[in-house]
Amino acid sequence: MMRFRFTDSAIDVPAARRELLDRGAGGYVSFEGWVRDFNEGREVTRLEYEAFQALGLKEGERILTEAVQRFPIKRAACIHRVGSLDLTDMAVWVGVSSAHRGEAFDACRYIIDEVKHRVPIWKKEHYRSGDSGWVNCERCAAGETHGPGHDHDHVRELGLAASLDRPGIHQPPETLVLPGSE
Amino acid sequence: MNTVAAPVYGLILAGGASTRMQRDKAALLYGGKTQLDRSFDLASGHVDRVFVSVRASQAGEPTRSGKPLIVDLAGLGGPDGPIVGIRSAMAAYPEAAWLVIACDLPFLSDAALAQLLRERDRSVLATAFRSAHDGLPEPLCAIWEPAAAAALSEYHGGGGHCPRKFLRRYPASLIEPRDRRALDNINTPEEYTAARLDLESHVGANPMQLKIQYFALMREQAGRSDETLETSATTPADLFEELTARYGFTLSREQLKVAVNTEFSDWSRRLSPGDAVVFIPPVAGG
Repeated sequence: MMRFRFTDSAIDVPAARRELLDRGAGGYVSFEGWVRDFNEGREVTRLEYEAFQALGLKEGERILTEAVQRFPIKRAACIHRVGSLDLTDMAVWVGVSSAHRGEAFDACRYIIDEVKHRVPIWKKEHYRSGDSGWVNCERCAAGETHGPGHDHDHVRELGLAASLDRPGIHQPPETLVLPGSE
Repeated sequence: MNTVAAPVYGLILAGGASTRMQRDKAALLYGGKTQLDRSFDLASGHVDRVFVSVRASQAGEPTRSGKPLIVDLAGLGGPDGPIVGIRSAMAAYPEAAWLVIACDLPFLSDAALAQLLRERDRSVLATAFRSAHDGLPEPLCAIWEPAAAAALSEYHGGGGHCPRKFLRRYPASLIEPRDRRALDNINTPEEYTAARLDLESHVGANPMQLKIQYFALMREQAGRSDETLETSATTPADLFEELTARYGFTLSREQLKVAVNTEFSDWSRRLSPGDAVVFIPPVAGG
């Protein structure tokens, strides 16, 4: 099973979590991105995700490999939804198991940040007002300058705390499960 | 004044002496086609009428005959050179703007001409590419507006012969060429051989087929998810320019990344027949 994958149906978290089980792991950190009802002051009613999957799978795997090399963790995985999502649906799941919690938190954060920046996935927001727009594309197209590259991620610019109030996806606090002793 | 838009006509400058090349640049062959035919056909894809600028002594010469010619006028009163050709065209069709193209640009592309026409500024005397080599205007791959006629007459009549100097002295709009290679000119037999081998090995006489996939905003603007197309574009940059001219993509190249055969690629990579190209708008996962 690929560690990074796309799915067009609900993410099966218990099944994904099982793949992270490891006798040397003392815990597991996960991140879930959820569809939220507002973005940049506008009421959002649903989202559509689209991905260039052939390249997205490669880039996603590269990110997970980097995470395993950078942080002393056991296993890492990420699943991203494509297709139409309703409010409160889970759009992305990241899971990391490791001997100790610190590196699991760090690796989990690294993976979601990199996925948002590098994996060719696009998000179209449908608004209460009836219109819709591709996130990060429509305002750029209207001439707003974002500088070179794809560094459009407001989460990174503002920090995680601020991002909880930011558009797009709810960012619930990471959960730490400690099945063993820690 | 603005009720009727000035037409843009093409003018291929084929009256040069080709001194350093030691043979007629217009007759040089690439993939079995003369440079003049290549330039003429390229321009014909972008403007309604194209003419070939020649000196009177060249009018019956076989490479040039058979095409609509504009023969250099005698008695314009200035030194010889390309300005004579441009002024003669302006005298023949005073209402027209002129897409002027020198006959020594073997790499000139549809993408470059599309960019020039798209970024044309009618409020100045000419719109020209800024040379990637020296930052100076490239007057012989440029759009000359009808309003330039009087200033050209003044400059030329005063002994001026250099269209580049003219564009530096009079109001002109300079644009940055996205297809930098398009303006590489050739002047010597060695440069001709290198350019011919390059063009024939990569493009040959026929355009190549590429497979393009579109996503998100660009999919909607192109009105399709994928297509296979014949193109003479040789790089992703070239191809993007061509497709933007066709579909009016609103994202600029600076906002995009590009993938070739499902791997991120450089914009200047040489494309091969059958390559699969994807332009990647700003991503928004998570």
